[in-house]
Amino acid sequence: MSAATIQPTDMAGASAADTWRLRRVLQIGVIAGVVAIYLCLVGIVPVFAERPLIVGVLELGQSALLITFGAAGYVAGMDQIKASWLRAIVVGAIVGAITGAFLTGLVLLGEAVDLRAVFLNASPTLYALLTDGIVLTGPIVPIVVGTITGALAGVILGLPTVIRVPLVIGLSSLLFFGLFAGLLRTPMLVTPLKDFARFMFGPEGLTVAGAIIVFVVSVGATAIVRRTKPRQRMNALPPRQRRLVVGPLGLLTLAFILLFPLAMGPFFAQVIALVAIFVLLGMGLNITLGLAGLLDLGFVAFFAVGAYTVALLTSTAEYGLAELSFWQAVPFAVLFAMLFGLILGLPILRIRGDYLAIATLGFGEIIRILAGSDLLKPVLGGPRGILNIPKPLDVPPTHFLSGPVQIYYIALAFAAVVAFIAWRLRSSRLGRSWMAVREDEDVAEGMGVNLVQTKLLAYMLGGAFAGLAGAISAGLIGSIFASSIQLQLSINVAAIVIVGGMGSIPGVVLGALILVGLPELFREFSDYRLLFYGLALMVIMILRPEGLLPSRVTRRELHTGGELLDVPDSELITDEERREASPR
Amino acid sequence: MNARKLDRVTDVAINVFMWAFKAVVIAVVVVGSVLTLLSGTYAPADWFELAGAGLTQGSIYAMIALGYTMVYGILRMINFAHGEIFMAGSFGGYFALVALASTGMLAQGVAVSLFAIVLAILAAMAVSVILAVGVERIAYRPLRDAPRLVPLISAIGASLFLQYSFRGFFGSGIYAYPTPDFLKQDAPIPLLSMRWVDVLVVVASLAMMTVLYLFVMRSKLGTSIRAVSEDQGTAALMGIDANRAIVMTFVIGAAMAGAAGVLYGLAFIQVTYAMGVIPGIKAFTAAVLGGIGNVPGALLGGLFLGLIEAIGPTLFLSGFGVPATNQLKDAVAFTMLVLVLVFRPSGILGERVARSRA
Amino acid sequence: MSLLTANQVTKRFGGLTAVSELDFELAEGAIASVIGPNGAGKTTFFNCLTGFFHVDEGSITFAGDPIHTLRPDEVAHYGISRTYQNIRLFASMTAIENILVGQHNHLHSSWLGAIFRTRAQRREEREAHVEALRLLDFVGLIGRGDSLAVKLPYGDQRRLEVARALANKPRLLLLDEPTAGMNPSESHQMTELFRQLRGDLGITVLLIEHEMRVVMDISEKITVLDYGRKIAEGTPAEIQKDPLVIEAYLGRATEADEAGPADPVGPSDDVEALPPSDGDPSGSIT
Repeated sequence: MSAATIQPTDMAGASAADTWRLRRVLQIGVIAGVVAIYLCLVGIVPVFAERPLIVGVLELGQSALLITFGAAGYVAGMDQIKASWLRAIVVGAIVGAITGAFLTGLVLLGEAVDLRAVFLNASPTLYALLTDGIVLTGPIVPIVVGTITGALAGVILGLPTVIRVPLVIGLSSLLFFGLFAGLLRTPMLVTPLKDFARFMFGPEGLTVAGAIIVFVVSVGATAIVRRTKPRQRMNALPPRQRRLVVGPLGLLTLAFILLFPLAMGPFFAQVIALVAIFVLLGMGLNITLGLAGLLDLGFVAFFAVGAYTVALLTSTAEYGLAELSFWQAVPFAVLFAMLFGLILGLPILRIRGDYLAIATLGFGEIIRILAGSDLLKPVLGGPRGILNIPKPLDVPPTHFLSGPVQIYYIALAFAAVVAFIAWRLRSSRLGRSWMAVREDEDVAEGMGVNLVQTKLLAYMLGGAFAGLAGAISAGLIGSIFASSIQLQLSINVAAIVIVGGMGSIPGVVLGALILVGLPELFREFSDYRLLFYGLALMVIMILRPEGLLPSRVTRRELHTGGELLDVPDSELITDEERREASPR
Repeated sequence: MNARKLDRVTDVAINVFMWAFKAVVIAVVVVGSVLTLLSGTYAPADWFELAGAGLTQGSIYAMIALGYTMVYGILRMINFAHGEIFMAGSFGGYFALVALASTGMLAQGVAVSLFAIVLAILAAMAVSVILAVGVERIAYRPLRDAPRLVPLISAIGASLFLQYSFRGFFGSGIYAYPTPDFLKQDAPIPLLSMRWVDVLVVVASLAMMTVLYLFVMRSKLGTSIRAVSEDQGTAALMGIDANRAIVMTFVIGAAMAGAAGVLYGLAFIQVTYAMGVIPGIKAFTAAVLGGIGNVPGALLGGLFLGLIEAIGPTLFLSGFGVPATNQLKDAVAFTMLVLVLVFRPSGILGERVARSRA
Repeated sequence: MSLLTANQVTKRFGGLTAVSELDFELAEGAIASVIGPNGAGKTTFFNCLTGFFHVDEGSITFAGDPIHTLRPDEVAHYGISRTYQNIRLFASMTAIENILVGQHNHLHSSWLGAIFRTRAQRREEREAHVEALRLLDFVGLIGRGDSLAVKLPYGDQRRLEVARALANKPRLLLLDEPTAGMNPSESHQMTELFRQLRGDLGITVLLIEHEMRVVMDISEKITVLDYGRKIAEGTPAEIQKDPLVIEAYLGRATEADEAGPADPVGPSDDVEALPPSDGDPSGSIT
């Protein structure tokens, strides 16, 4: 390079390695390689391999690796796409190859040394999975597959949006329907649709024909939706017409929510009942944590109080104190949970921020230990707990309300009530004080907010709802043991609130569906459920701390949908009052 | 005004409550101890035996507590995943020790066995440090300026992630440390009936923590850590690389936790993926007890907690006729946690955290 | 009539005495400033006034009642509001919501009323919103009510803080460096706003300020702190001439003072050039 002058061409001519950003490519490849090895050794690849996505063609474990290759290729390609499409493809291929090389290395190492002494999953089954390409076998397979997938990612990057978006959605639909195929198939088998069901779905996963259809239909549907832009069209409609569209849609959704579990069979009903209970718990914590910002890691203690209250008051076994009915016991459960919140809250709510979280955790653990202890065994049943708790509605076994569906409806009803209360409170003086305390409690105090009272109310109300959930759970399971009181439950509910969106009601529902529903529906996921929770918490905090459906987004959405379900505050007054307020 | 009256009532209620709370705790402790000692159920030898166990346990808490206290001092955040760093070190040490045992090293006399243990500790430290640095880089660093709850939640996520990753790698079973037999013999220490392994734990941890303390106080790196803990901005102005100091803090804490993991395994044999959760919380209690951010405080807090936890349930509660007091060991520790956080969050020796400006 | 009196107020942090034996008096309806070099104890003094810190010695009285033992929320009830040196709005709430929180002391509906949307509660909420809009207009932010506080431009955020403080209907308003980071025209607008506060709303205003233009322009009385002690107090004219003040602030720059208005001495970060000492507080330097 000439030392005398600096010209633009000089900079472009600076080493090829720089423009190709080989160092970053290497970095991405190594990271992806480590991730791929991690997925293998932690067991995700072998365990998920048991679930087919497309029968005979693709299973979930391989898909996880394919996604890794593809994501790596995509990220690397993004650096190059502005320069040229070809470069993006090449870079994608290189990254994919590097990632694949890591896996090849693992296979070769594993054949030389028995890694199973350390890593349980480093088994021949795993190596077989890794070396089994469709046309090819052997250790070279991961590199080949990686290169191809990485290159494909580069290709996708360069496609015009019109093609790329439907393509990506098509692939995602494959993943989605592949996962849910079995679940969709089962209820359809008893309807006239059963031949169609057998054609599209295997007992798990899509059939090849089904896969093709799903892909084509979703690509087509996406393309159509993008052209017709229904959301924009709907916003352009005058409010009355909008309501005509939204109304029936809303009713349909409601009907779906109410009737779907009945159609789907007892397993599904059990899962959705659990989701509903967690929604109820989440609503409660949404007040304590979502609105007031108090990370209550001892939340499970309230759950326990509610459950044990119902148990003690209704059980027909030896520990039952009075044989009340479920419905008679529920108000007591809620009341005691609130009292409990008062007693616990008074001393600890003056503690600051993260220390408060640990203090509540401590309380939760103390409750757990005491509940299972010999000391309190005469009252609470020790580790065996209290049994024979009657179900809320005593119906004959053939009635459609026997079984978990009953719990689902009850939990749903209560969740709706709690959601309503939370929603009303949020746009009130109390709700605003909570949010102010969450944002900056010193400033809130400086404006006249009594911190202890405000926090105490949030703590008690959240606890009351948790007690309610505990009461219902006791009815569902029919018994309560000390081992159900786990710190993990508090963390799970906190995860639901945080991932869904702090203070957001739809967010809690979404959070419960994803974090509770999915792992319950899919065994493979449930083995790794908490691993994903942990990952989700980290990812959300780093990328989107306001959650998936934060309350501000949902507010805007609901508002522009024409329904005044949750209105930005300043719209509470008429235009006239507004004019009156600003005399210009 | 109704609101003001409610204010007054709440104030009074809180004060009465706190007073009553304190009174109850003191009453239980004092009366319980008196009753227990009067009842004569336990001989002095029993108490010393408990104390010995408490010392061992407490040394381990102290080593883990160092990580909590130093990270809190420099970043004002609770490294919730630190318990898993301890667990990871324990696993690392386990595999190292098993590998060494398969070469016969553990059967070749005291010196060689101890050397093997040292190697295992180094391996454990390596594992713990790598993980801790990774966690700091991925889960904490992006969140340095976020409001306080955000890194805590990320830390909880990291804790879960690590726990269940290890479960995935190594299964949910319990691994047994191949502690050499000579360590399992009783040591001829008067009064405290401890085994050699317990002595090893106490001595090793004291030694390592002393070295650490000297390092933090005397070395350049240690001073820079203390400076950044005190006032990050000014330290940066003085040319101190805050990131490096922070990473080194994690390294030191992780190394101690990793070593603690091996010592724990040697003493208590059973190692499993969830082993870090409760010791982690207790170690945090110890850190707060001694004064968060305060290195000698961590040692003091750890030993204190270990002793209280070992002796407390029997001493305070058996006088009341409470059955199976050893069940309540954890409850006593957690009660200590709550008491310290409610009544004296600055700890016994006082906290050493940068003051925040209003 | 003296609205606020501080008597020998002392506040220590460990070995450091942030405020030392401070006597201070503020008449109702006055506009006064507290100035001093960085670290002089001004914000600490404010924190003592609002109850955020407890004084180690001395007392503070407001309209005859002692307030130095009260909590911050109790102090707010008395009618004292403040803004903050580093803007501390409720970031994830809208501008209007911020102001509504400020009205906390004046809204009385309970949480039960909120759940059931009683007529009384609805009426109170409407009135609160109207009032909030009025305040937005007063500080010149009408139309921005729906914006997230954190998304507003800097100058607007400062104004929103003032509006929020006003929502408490205070008798005394403490403003901590309200014009920090503003350009001269924005500062000037804020100064006019402060005058309106006293003129239209009858609020007593106490400012901490570094921007000397503002201080000299608007203050009837200036109190100067240095190392936690009061070193001077008086009208702007008196303060400009006070050698202790000049030394505390400027040290070597006394020549610039004597040069007169023709010399363009622009203000720099730490060193604020005082206006020419012809006694006209509203004079400004080009």
